Parts: sequence; C-alpha cells; structure tokens
Amino acid sequence: MAYFSQQLINAVTLGAIYGLIAIGYTMVYGIIGMINFAHGEVFMIGAFISLIGFMICSTLGIGSAPVAIILVLFMSMVFTAVYGWSIERLAYRPLRGSFKLAPLISAIGVSIVLQNYVQLAQGARFKPGGRIVEGGFNLFTADGFDVRVSWLQIVIVIVTVVLMAGFSLMIARTPLGRKQRACEQDMKMASLLGVDVDRTISLTFVMGAALAAVAGMLFLMYYGIIDFFIGFLAGIKAFTAAVLGGIGSLPGAMLGGLLIGVIEVFWAGYFSSEYKDVAAFSILILVLIFRPSGLLGKPEIEKV
Amino acid sequence: MGPRLPSMLKDAGLTAFVAAALGIFIVGFRTYDVSGKGLTFDYQFTDLAIAVATIFVGRLGLLLAAEGLRWPALVLGAVLGGIGAGPLALPSDFLHWFMALGGLLIIGRALWPWARQRMSTAQHSRRGLLLGRAGAKWFGWILIAGAVALPFAPFADQKTMDLSVLILTYIMLGWGLNIVVGLAGLLDLGYVAFYAVGAYTYALLSTELGLGFWIILPLAGMMAASFGILLGFPVLRLRGDYLAIVTLGFGEIIRLVLINWVDLTHGPDGIRSIPGPTLFGAVFAETAPAGHQTFSEMMGLPFSANQRLIFLYYIILVLALATNLFTQRLRRLPVGRAWEALREDETACRALGINPTSTKLTAFAIGAMFAGIAGSFFAAKQRFISPESFVFIESAIILAIVVLGGMGSQIGVVLASVLLIGLPEWFRELGSYRMLAFGLAMVLIMVFRPRGLISHREPSLRLHPVRPGGDG
Repeated sequence: MAYFSQQLINAVTLGAIYGLIAIGYTMVYGIIGMINFAHGEVFMIGAFISLIGFMICSTLGIGSAPVAIILVLFMSMVFTAVYGWSIERLAYRPLRGSFKLAPLISAIGVSIVLQNYVQLAQGARFKPGGRIVEGGFNLFTADGFDVRVSWLQIVIVIVTVVLMAGFSLMIARTPLGRKQRACEQDMKMASLLGVDVDRTISLTFVMGAALAAVAGMLFLMYYGIIDFFIGFLAGIKAFTAAVLGGIGSLPGAMLGGLLIGVIEVFWAGYFSSEYKDVAAFSILILVLIFRPSGLLGKPEIEKV
Repeated sequence: MGPRLPSMLKDAGLTAFVAAALGIFIVGFRTYDVSGKGLTFDYQFTDLAIAVATIFVGRLGLLLAAEGLRWPALVLGAVLGGIGAGPLALPSDFLHWFMALGGLLIIGRALWPWARQRMSTAQHSRRGLLLGRAGAKWFGWILIAGAVALPFAPFADQKTMDLSVLILTYIMLGWGLNIVVGLAGLLDLGYVAFYAVGAYTYALLSTELGLGFWIILPLAGMMAASFGILLGFPVLRLRGDYLAIVTLGFGEIIRLVLINWVDLTHGPDGIRSIPGPTLFGAVFAETAPAGHQTFSEMMGLPFSANQRLIFLYYIILVLALATNLFTQRLRRLPVGRAWEALREDETACRALGINPTSTKLTAFAIGAMFAGIAGSFFAAKQRFISPESFVFIESAIILAIVVLGGMGSQIGVVLASVLLIGLPEWFRELGSYRMLAFGLAMVLIMVFRPRGLISHREPSLRLHPVRPGGDG
C-alpha cells in the first residue's frame, strides 16, 4: 500500500508535466489539424532557458527560491513563446494549403534543426542544474516504508493546476478563447466574420510554447539534469497523452497526461524499467488503432 | 527605393529583434562543466551581436531583391559574403559560414528572376526542347554507365569506393521508401525498423546457423516484408499523420527490443564478426577458412583489399537497380496505379472499388522488403551491427532524401543521396552542421519547392502517346 501510494504521488507529478506539454499538441491540432512534431523541442528549449535563467539568478545573488522560480518562470515562458511564434511564422504558415503531409515533414525538419542548434550552441553533454527546491516531508509510514512528498512535487502540482485552470478560463471566457474556438470549428467562416485567423493561430502557438516552457522548467527542477535530446521522448509521450485523452480536447490532454504518467511510473515500478518506453509507445499504437478519437474526444467525420 | 525604404528598414529591424530574442539565452550564454565546481557559463554576446547584425543586413538584402532593386541587393550580398569569406577574424567559424552563405543567398535571390527568365527562354527554344527530351531519355542510362565504370576510374581509391557504397545504400533505401511515401503517399517515420530487421536477420542467421549471404538475402527481404504486413495490417486504416506517428512508435519499439533482448541480440554490444558475402563460394579475405577458397586464388589475381570493396559496390549497385526496375514496372501495373490514385484521393478510390487497406499493405510490405534486403547488405558490409545504427534520425535522413528528391521521382532520390550523404562526407569539417543543414533543407524544400528538386514527373500513363516535337 505504501509503495503504491509513493508510486502514485510520483506518477501524478510526472503526469502534470506531460499534461502541460500535451496541451500544446492538442491546441495546435484542434485549430489547424497538424501534429506539431517540433513541440517536444520547444519544451527542451524551455528547459534550457530555465537552466540558464537559474544560473543567472544565482550569479545575480537572488537566493530566495520563490523569487527565482517566478522570475525564471516568466522569463522562460516569454522567450520560449518567441520560439513558438517564429516556428509557426517561418515553417508552418507558408504551408497552409500545401499538400497534406507538408506541415508534418516541415515540423520534422524544425525538430532536427532545433536539436542540433542547441547541441551546437550548448554542447552535447548532460547539464546538471535547477535543483533549488530541496526537502519534503513524510506523509505516513506503513509496512516500514516511508511515503514521502517533496516540496518540489507540491510546487509542480500547484503550478500545473493554477496554469491549467487559468488556461481553461481563458479558452472559455475571453474574446481570444472565443476566436480560437471559432477558428477550430470553421476557419473560413471565422475569417469572414472578422476573426484574424493568422493572429489567432500565432497566439495558439505562443500559448502552447509558453506552457511547454513551464513544463521544461518543472522537468529541469524535478530531474535536475537535461540535455538537447530530452524533447524527443517527452514530446512523443506528451503526444501519446494528447491522443489518449482525445486530441483537440483540453481536459482530455490533462487526463491523458496523468494516465501516461501513471502508466510509465507503475510500469517501471512493478515490471521493468527497461521496457517503460515500449509501454508508452505500445499504448500510443493501441489507442490509435482501437479508439483513435481518444477518451474524451469526438469522433471525426470524414466529409467529401 | 525612396518611400519603401523606411518600411523595409522597419521589417529588417523587427526580424533582427526577434532573432536577438531567440538567441539571447541559448547563444548568448554558453554553459560548460568545470570539474568539481559544477556548471558555469561564458558570455557570447559578441557572437550574438554579429549574428543579429548579419540577419538584419540579410533580411534587408532579401527585401531589396524582392522589390526588384537588383544593384543595392547585390552590393549588400557582396559585402556580407566578402566579410564572411574574407580574412577578417570573426569569433567563430560558424559566423564565417553564416555570413558567407547569407551573402550568397542575397546574391542568388537578386539574380533569380533574371536567371529564371533565361532558363525558361532556353527551355522553350526548339533546341532546348530537343535537348531536354534527349536528356530525360538518356540521363538515367548515362548515370548507370558511369556507375558501372566507376571502380575502374583512376580516382577510385578506397575512400571513394567506401563512400560510393554508402551512397548507393541510401539510394536503395530512398527508392524503397519512395514506394511507400512517394507513390502510395503513406508517411513512414519508422522505415529504419525494417532496415534493422533485415540487418539482424542476416547477422543472426549467418553467425548462428552459418547460412550464406545469397540464401539469407531473400529471407531477410521476406522477414522485413512480413514485419511490414504485421505492423501495417492494423494501422493502415489510420489517417496520414497518425500513421506517421504510429510508424515512428513502431521503429522505436523495435530499437528498444533490440537493446533489451540481450539473449538474442547481445543488446547494446551488437553482433560482431558477421561473415561477408561470397562469390560462388569464394571469400574476400587474405586467407580462406577451411573448405573455401579466396577470390584471389580462384581468379589467380594478387590479393588486394580493394577487391572486396569493388565486389560490395557491384552487389549494392545491382540491388539498387533491381529496386528501381521493380518499382518502375510496378507503377504500370494496376496495383501501382492504385497506389498513386490512393495518394491523390482515398475517398474516390474507395468509391471506385479499390480496397484501400490491401493496396496500402502491398506498398508497405514491398517498401519494407527492400529495406530488409538493404539492411542485410549493410550487415554483411559492416560485419558488425548494433542498435546504434537504427535510430530515428536514420529514418529522418531517408525521408529527407525522398522529400528533397521530389516524392515519387526516382532520379531525384539519386541526386538527393549524392547531395545529402556525399557532400557532408567529402567536407568533413561540416560534420557537426550536417544535421542542421538536413533539417533546414527539409523545411526550405517544403516552403519553396514542395514537389522537391525534380518536380517534373513522367505521368505513369498517357492518354495519347507524345508526338515528336509537340509540347507533350
């Protein structure tokens, strides 16, 4: 029971991070129907900007952890969002109206470019850092096994919940959210009714990238080590989460993120850690085969 | 230029501003390890400033060129290229390349309308038309003749032959993937998995059971094809982009299994001392194992290490040409036409009574088969394989070859392989920028030439035969 609870706590933490990345996939897919293959790399860039941000904070002598976290969070969101915007502007926007697979191929190119750009600029080695929240407390002890919750896990869950709540409100209540939903339903009609479609799509990428930056920062703080390649696996797992929850659906992305976190942690905890990535990929394949619309998604209707 | 200049300057300024925002953390601070002290960083703001200035000038030059102001653009391009290629010491090699290529880009953009006009007049003259038609007819044959004669060329040393074998392997893989991506329109991001299946089939059968290369070759092809069917059967109903992600997942699963199934595959250590191919039982080595003879003994030639390479070269040449011939023939058969029709409109095909799943399945299986055969050749050539050789990036490289060449174009695959595999190997110093250039090429091709380098494709079928001298 104690082991189970500990695994569950770890799973929720990991799931929160996947959920944040998954939102970026799901929103972009919802609005322009493309898989933003480079989104994992945007997450990686966010993690790197956070790493450098934390180092700058310690150089400047900002010792208080909450101040540093908020500063870095803000900085990483803003500058990673610039990446999201630029990618859309340079690599995806010119392709609207091209053949079906063009945006995906372009996204694969962007992903390769970003990985190698960071590798060239920052080196290929693992970068340790970001361990600024230490400690935790014992939740309870059972069967001689301590169930621990670290402060960091609480920070991660709080940041995720606050951001997701704010985000859902934004989609549901603000004019921007309304425009986004309009574009999702019918882009042509929305543009006829005076919605600036290009701008709305740009903002979608900006928001997705900002959330991926938060995920990157949390990932860095949680694992304490990153390299230029983390975006690939995290990206695929988050995409799996988005598909599992039902691509295009925001609550689905969060649910999917949690489920993928649970599956990964429990698989590693109870079966074998070697095959935990195989588990994630297998779930992706199984979901796509048996329930391509996901848990909370609407089935797609093919129109001629 | 007058009134437009301020808005161009504003545009270039904005571009430079965005570039500065992109680069400030990742380029401006370079993190590195200090042993014992952990991570620390250097400031690289000079590099960043020079790069941003280059982007400003570059954007301005491109805008000027787009407005048709050829001379100012040419001057800017020449200045930029001159600084980049000149003796002035910049903080890093990368900046030299960046500025020089930026300058070339502006000059190219400025001269583009003029060059295009010249090209199109030349193409449409009677002479140009005749030349073009003769070229299209004979170009392939000339290439094949050159490829056959290559080992006897005076410059064919070991390095050149090695590289040619490598390029031909990628050409074969590119032609195999072209069936799946180019003809059937199925984006396969896990193609390297079938390559791995072929390589491991050969490695295991030859080291464990002692079977020969020529027996295993078709077996490896069949093995990979059955993996293709096994994977394809459930997933080919999916939409294009989902299919891409599923194949990517499948490729990764195969790789992870190869790493973790240590009893069978020796895990990350790989399989060593795989026997090479034989010619009528003769081996290519200095001394033959008992019961065999070496190639040099059989032919009465002095032994040379080059013989093995030349033999490998001809094997892969024949395999690649067989792939090509097979594809060209298939395109004329009903199943080949069904592939291309499916790529264009699946719903219409279904309405016409074509079974999409089984049609896609044949494309998938045939593509996989060629990858398996190529993989088996790869294992025989390297004599050592490990899961390292079958990572996702290999799939991306093969896909880049197909995309760059122009999906469905056979000759395009050849050009793209030479360009993407040959050039980086010749210019070793570009090594670390190679993947960066790959990625950029994929994006730029999609943006500017989505049909690839060779965008013209012979129709598989013509309603009326081409009249000589007509406009076809």
